Amino acid sequence: MSWIENRFEEGLIVTSLDWAINWGRRSSIWPMTFGLACCAIEMMAFGASRFDIDRFRAGAFRASPRQADLMIVAGTVTFKMASRVKRLYNQMPEPKYVMAMGACTVGGGPYFKQGYHVVKGVDLVVPVDIYVPGCPPRPETLMEGLMRLQDKIKNQTLARDRWLNAKDEALDTAATTV
Amino acid sequence: MAPEEIANILKDKFSDKITGSGFETAHPHVFVEAKAWPEVARFMKDDPQLRMNLLRSITSVDMLEDDELIAVYDLCACRPGDRETEMWEFDEFCVKVKVPRNNPHIPSVADVWSAADWHEREAYDLMGIVFDDHPDSVLGPEGRHPRRILCPDDWEGYPLRKDYRFPMEYHGIPAVTEYEQTRPVH
Repeated sequence: MSWIENRFEEGLIVTSLDWAINWGRRSSIWPMTFGLACCAIEMMAFGASRFDIDRFRAGAFRASPRQADLMIVAGTVTFKMASRVKRLYNQMPEPKYVMAMGACTVGGGPYFKQGYHVVKGVDLVVPVDIYVPGCPPRPETLMEGLMRLQDKIKNQTLARDRWLNAKDEALDTAATTV
Repeated sequence: MAPEEIANILKDKFSDKITGSGFETAHPHVFVEAKAWPEVARFMKDDPQLRMNLLRSITSVDMLEDDELIAVYDLCACRPGDRETEMWEFDEFCVKVKVPRNNPHIPSVADVWSAADWHEREAYDLMGIVFDDHPDSVLGPEGRHPRRILCPDDWEGYPLRKDYRFPMEYHGIPAVTEYEQTRPVH
């Protein structure tokens, strides 16, 4: 690379735009403070000092969906709650990611057969990026899920924006659920 | 006070309103006619001998074979007992109210024990027993009934009834994804 070496001042960094933006996105995932059931306890344990979500630069739990990037759906989603989950998802700014944490949100879990009130998987309500199985998943499992999400963000490219075309559909569903 | 004594006090006062009793079980009880139940409840709370000042729970039972619903009121009289030992005394008793399954109406006792308010709402929500004159009532297609407490307001059916059919979808969300309805058909 002799054609570029030693030709600029110190402090100049050369990178690709994709890499830089993905680095920024995956290094500052702000999850939403949002727990529905017992899985939220494990999520809180992940946030506390023993497991320490801050090591993954994802420790800033935001109390508003408008400041959050990641919705960890931690717990059983009931039909009564489903419209609220969808509304919270629609209130999040893009880029936004959803992690289905626990058996209930992955596919109904123990309520699959006999739960008259449980949504059989939160992917019936909002698009899910990462599925974290377990009942509830241990914080290590959630850690793995978060790392897989960072891998996923690492491979994004600005040339194909997944939210651009999904926008109209999301707004339509927002209108029907409110 | 023994359960038989409590039942005898009730039978002396409301001889024709007590339709049955059972003391051989672990859960001694009397059956009270639905229409007379608020009167009996007020008496049980105010009577100086009984003083049933605590409603522990309301359980609803679906007797599908007998075609009736039973509301089980677990009552408790708790009062400070012996001053030496400072132990509380508890008298426990149970009242059951039978109603027909197709038209289950029981007058509300929420004005006697305020704990009955939410219990009655739950019994309506999950089992469909309509408590008349409940303080938190709404107007439905079949008259006034307590407001639902757990299910959404527009929920159809009463989920804990034995012949309940699962919803196939709720507001566009499919409720049964792969299997047909999995509960046995009665």
